[in-house]
Amino acid sequence: MHSSTRGGRSPLAHYDSIFKTYYHQNLECGPAKLYLEDALKSLFVPAYYIFLKDSRSELRTRYALNALFMFVVTALSIILFSLGSEAVSSDVLSGILWVVIFFSSMSGLSRTFVSEEERGTVATLQLLTRPTPVYVGKLIFNFFLTLSLNVVISLLYLLLINNFVIQSPAIFWTTIVLGSAAIASASTIIAAIIAKANTKGTLYPVLSFPIMLPLLMTVMNATRLATEGAFFAEALGEFQILISYTVVITTASIVLFEYVWKD
Amino acid sequence: MKQITLSIESISKEFNRRIIFENISFSLSQKDSLAITGRNGSGKSTLAKILCGLLTPTKGKISLSMNEKEIPAADIHRHIGLVSPYITMYDEFSGMENLLVFAHIRNLGSAADGDPERLLRQFGIYERRNDEVRTYSSGMKQRLKYAAAMLHHPEILILDEPTANLDEEGAATVHKLMRVQTGVGILIIATNDAKDLKFAVHNIDLNKVNSVA
Amino acid sequence: MMSKYLIGKAIVALWLTLIIIAGFAMPMVPSPQQWFELPVIPVLEEKARIIFFHVPMAWTTVVAFFASMIYGMLYLKTKNMDYDLRSVSAAGLGTMFCILATITGSIWAKFNWGSFWNWDPRETSIFVLLLIYGAYFALRSSLDVEEKRATLSAVYSIIAGVTAPFFIFVMPRIMTGLHPGAKGDEGGSTPVAQLHMPANMRVVFFASLIGFTLLYFWMFSLKVRSARLEFKSQKL
Repeated sequence: MHSSTRGGRSPLAHYDSIFKTYYHQNLECGPAKLYLEDALKSLFVPAYYIFLKDSRSELRTRYALNALFMFVVTALSIILFSLGSEAVSSDVLSGILWVVIFFSSMSGLSRTFVSEEERGTVATLQLLTRPTPVYVGKLIFNFFLTLSLNVVISLLYLLLINNFVIQSPAIFWTTIVLGSAAIASASTIIAAIIAKANTKGTLYPVLSFPIMLPLLMTVMNATRLATEGAFFAEALGEFQILISYTVVITTASIVLFEYVWKD
Repeated sequence: MKQITLSIESISKEFNRRIIFENISFSLSQKDSLAITGRNGSGKSTLAKILCGLLTPTKGKISLSMNEKEIPAADIHRHIGLVSPYITMYDEFSGMENLLVFAHIRNLGSAADGDPERLLRQFGIYERRNDEVRTYSSGMKQRLKYAAAMLHHPEILILDEPTANLDEEGAATVHKLMRVQTGVGILIIATNDAKDLKFAVHNIDLNKVNSVA
Repeated sequence: MMSKYLIGKAIVALWLTLIIIAGFAMPMVPSPQQWFELPVIPVLEEKARIIFFHVPMAWTTVVAFFASMIYGMLYLKTKNMDYDLRSVSAAGLGTMFCILATITGSIWAKFNWGSFWNWDPRETSIFVLLLIYGAYFALRSSLDVEEKRATLSAVYSIIAGVTAPFFIFVMPRIMTGLHPGAKGDEGGSTPVAQLHMPANMRVVFFASLIGFTLLYFWMFSLKVRSARLEFKSQKL
């Protein structure tokens, strides 16, 4: 099904030049070209456009974004009120940061699948492409959503809570990025699962929390290291755990997603 | 000329242990047309969904092949266009945006560049192409579904209640489409409407389940 | 009508009875002379007896979880509803043993370490396992289509199973623990504690382990058979 009668530049032409630089060969040689072309066509391109669709949809309707933002503001306000003028140790503050992040994720990350179910567009998507690009596209969407959310939460937290001082910013921000990836990977597959259930909202944190516990413990520990001013190398163990967690869950999800998605 | 064949063997479907239908078999190829008829609840839509790959049958096998080569189940969607009451468009996007999104996700490439406009004109919703689907009437939504179904030039067209919500002009366009489709591919319609049934040569009546085309 | 396994069941019943008697009755003396005398372990003393029951229960609940997960995988592969019945039955028993393990562990913790709950890695793991079982059943009760219920609970149990290694390796790194084999213990920080038990205690311990496992299989087969009957009766 590789038609060569297309008008205009094929997406492959761009990659041809990159390929040439690194491999000193043309992409025209058989198997490599077919594999790359197949992967592009059947996975990455559809996934990218599904990510774009979800993003454009969110930006246009802003349902989730408004609610999420208000949730973050509310949660932080409650914490500020309850802390009062009390000086709390940075251990506890690290923990509370991730509690806020966890519950904010629970408020916002199921939307990508639940909105498709509620509007009845699941069949439309099933007819457009294979299951895997749908999962990957929505995973990427959730990653960017979590990352932006966590950056906002962290910045507000740093601004508003005096006792929370980061002595190793490199560790802290790496933790935020890797932690967001890990949270996105765990929450996306669970979101796909609960989207098919009856009591979606309450079920989401119930299913997510046990899965995410090792991840939460790791990021809380890494954040604690960041507040104590540890060297970057000391946190490498934590980062390795976060990366392997993300890889393991994403791989398992890609294999299992088809069973969740198709009827 | 691409030779396409769709065959199903001994398909049965149960929901929560209630049997909807069982032991349905037929084979269709180029220029065949099939009508699925039956009273409400007899499983017309269910059979249509199974043919598209939206539902897996409880028992039995479906196979689609092109030029003698079998097409894997994961790729069936590339060759099938479905219009049905339970297909929904994205409300917050305009008609044109919906078609563009579908073309991109299907990865149709630049070969499909002029198609959205052409299809919007063919189905008579070109003037409202930049309005959000939320504002469309049910007839216009139905027309948009046709445009979306034809976007990838599917060899097999499955229409569940083809002329639902359509006025005379819309119905005429659909009938013309059905005639063209039977000339180049496979047409399957699920309906009880006598005017639509004229376009199908074969018939499966789900009221008497074991009929074979 | 005599079940062909009647002899086997009788043996298991007798086995466990003997274990229970041994566990409670074998006297603890400072220097054991006779074969039935158990040594007094400093600090633990009489409380050590709980090891014959608590550890096998924890062991059984983990076995049950993996059984449930594997039956789930088999269901996904074959779509045979019987595997789903086995998966739920395993999970139900697993939940029961998990609760028992948590309670016995908690009681032991109170008498040994002073408080009912300490967030030690092993305690946290058993608690998380309890949460996973709870989540599994919560998910199942919110799905009414049988095929979907079976599929989704199988997927969830596999995802949960996949995160299990992270529990075993992450937690002891981060938290100091009270259980033997945790971070602060000179005995080493391996995932499974090394057993420093004299021979006769070890006999009773492993006998208990085997006994509980056999009990689990017995209960499991009963549960599956009743689940199958219930499934068939709903069909009519």
